[in-house]
Amino acid sequence: MRILTLLLLTAAVSFAGAVKLLNVSYDPTRELYQNINAAFAKQWKAKTGQDVVINQSHGGSGAQARSVMEGLQADVVTLALAYDIDAISQIGGLLPKNWQSRLPDNSSPYTSTIVFLVRKGNPKHINDWNDLVRPGVSVITPNPKTSGGARWNYLAAWGYALRQNHNDAAKAKDFVAKLYKNVPVLDSGARGATTTFVQRGIGDVLIAWENEAYLALNELGKDKVQIVTPSVSILAEPPVAVVDKNAARHGTAAVAKAYLDFLYSPEGQEIAARNYYRPRLKEVAAKYDKEFPHLTLFTVDDAFGGWQKAQKTHFADGGTFDQIYQQGR
Amino acid sequence: MKGNWFHQRSILPGFWPSLGVSMLYLSLVVLVPLSAIFLKSATVSWADFWAAISSPAALASYKLSFGASFGAALVNALFGFLVAWVLARYHFPGKRFVDALIDLPFALPTAVAGIALTSLYSENGWIGRRLVPLGIHVAFTPLGVLVALVFIGLPFVVRSVQPVLEDADLELEDAAASLGANRWQTFIKVIFPAVRPALLTGFAMAFARALGEYGSVVFISGNMPLRTQITPVLIVSRLMQFDYAGAAALAVVMLVASFALLLLINIAGSYSRRYMEAR
Repeated sequence: MRILTLLLLTAAVSFAGAVKLLNVSYDPTRELYQNINAAFAKQWKAKTGQDVVINQSHGGSGAQARSVMEGLQADVVTLALAYDIDAISQIGGLLPKNWQSRLPDNSSPYTSTIVFLVRKGNPKHINDWNDLVRPGVSVITPNPKTSGGARWNYLAAWGYALRQNHNDAAKAKDFVAKLYKNVPVLDSGARGATTTFVQRGIGDVLIAWENEAYLALNELGKDKVQIVTPSVSILAEPPVAVVDKNAARHGTAAVAKAYLDFLYSPEGQEIAARNYYRPRLKEVAAKYDKEFPHLTLFTVDDAFGGWQKAQKTHFADGGTFDQIYQQGR
Repeated sequence: MKGNWFHQRSILPGFWPSLGVSMLYLSLVVLVPLSAIFLKSATVSWADFWAAISSPAALASYKLSFGASFGAALVNALFGFLVAWVLARYHFPGKRFVDALIDLPFALPTAVAGIALTSLYSENGWIGRRLVPLGIHVAFTPLGVLVALVFIGLPFVVRSVQPVLEDADLELEDAAASLGANRWQTFIKVIFPAVRPALLTGFAMAFARALGEYGSVVFISGNMPLRTQITPVLIVSRLMQFDYAGAAALAVVMLVASFALLLLINIAGSYSRRYMEAR
């Protein structure tokens, strides 16, 4: 009976012309998409006269991808790494394999990078990646095997070491092994690692996404922690995509596409920047120049030949992450 | 037992319908999801299956998962028995409050328990601050895993032993004493055998619960590869690689081993019960 009522209600709503979108995203984008959704709904209403209701779902990036593959009716996905949308495409078959080339900038309307959060006054003088391997420095970062976000941290360190050692993979591995020797606890997710660092006061430095570091800074106050930007880091490109099969079934393909396009518009870019994501659009980037320190950035494609390869080399079973722990035994 | 495979010990009718409904219910609730895991794991070759379940990380995680669960169940069997004894035999102010407290680990979301325990036992925590100078590290060590598992397993032993102790015939103990048994003999020969089946059941449940626990352990263990990673965490990390078959393979190992252990404990329990009845 209740299901029937629900169906009738849904039908009534759709007759009234409101269209529904489900955006399946990862954890730290909650506030970003709350702002985006309100702005987009307003714009869409002005343009087409149609109401649009956007629902958000948040969770670990990999877990969210699995939910979509198993039938969560996402019209769009906005996840932490391309590897997860690749899985929806390749294993789930819900969108074409070339999804990442359908939108500009690798389908990543905004970017971020990996920075350090240290205790106020930076008592351990942590300024760059090589400070993280010093004996006596305790580093907090989540487990890259269970946290999508943490894979960016791992690759950022690896990429730095490659640059320092003329692309010598063995030396890079030693560097990363040394770094992880300084890690006392590998939380299962990014939020857990932040809690460990911030609430429990464990560790001298937290490796974090820049936008998350800003969030933590605002939450805690600038009298407790500060952000340190290394000289070199990785360009984190969280991608977005329309889930074609779901959108087609819901008849939402057009509005879903417009929703993602909105992220690239000046207004969408502005909202991203206000939520501490680095905007792609030059005008907006110039406006927020002071907030985002300049540093040398490399991409996963440049340094690692894409996510599929990076995943296989580093995080699959027997990959470099497993190796550095087995050596240590 | 007569030579009849199916027989009822009740004068009430309805043997066949109730057996049928029970089997259907068990199949839907337990067997179907479990078979799905077996089917999923069967999608890989034997070599891949073997590689997944015998990797160094997997072996280390079995040791921790089964070891810590067994240890936690033992601790709970000992102290749970004590708590049940106190609740069943004595009256004291606040007894109802304590009684209600026992079930709290059932109700509390395990993640909450994990976070609370980690805050307490980490280096800067209220208890950890006092233990670390003594060289005792609890959070982010196998000991922390044990602490979390003891917490979530506590109610099982208490709740299975308590009613037996409450129903126990006190006259038996009086009789034992009047026949010259000392207190120790009364406990070992009269009280303990009566409680043993219930204690084994409680132990088995606490053990099984600990094996499947994920939420609280991920917070306190620190998830260090080869050191403090329980098997469920390894399963999740397989899933993060979209390696369903590998995850299912590990799950099959957990399932088969748990089932074998639980079966053993249950058989021991029913022997113990029959031994009691035979006397």
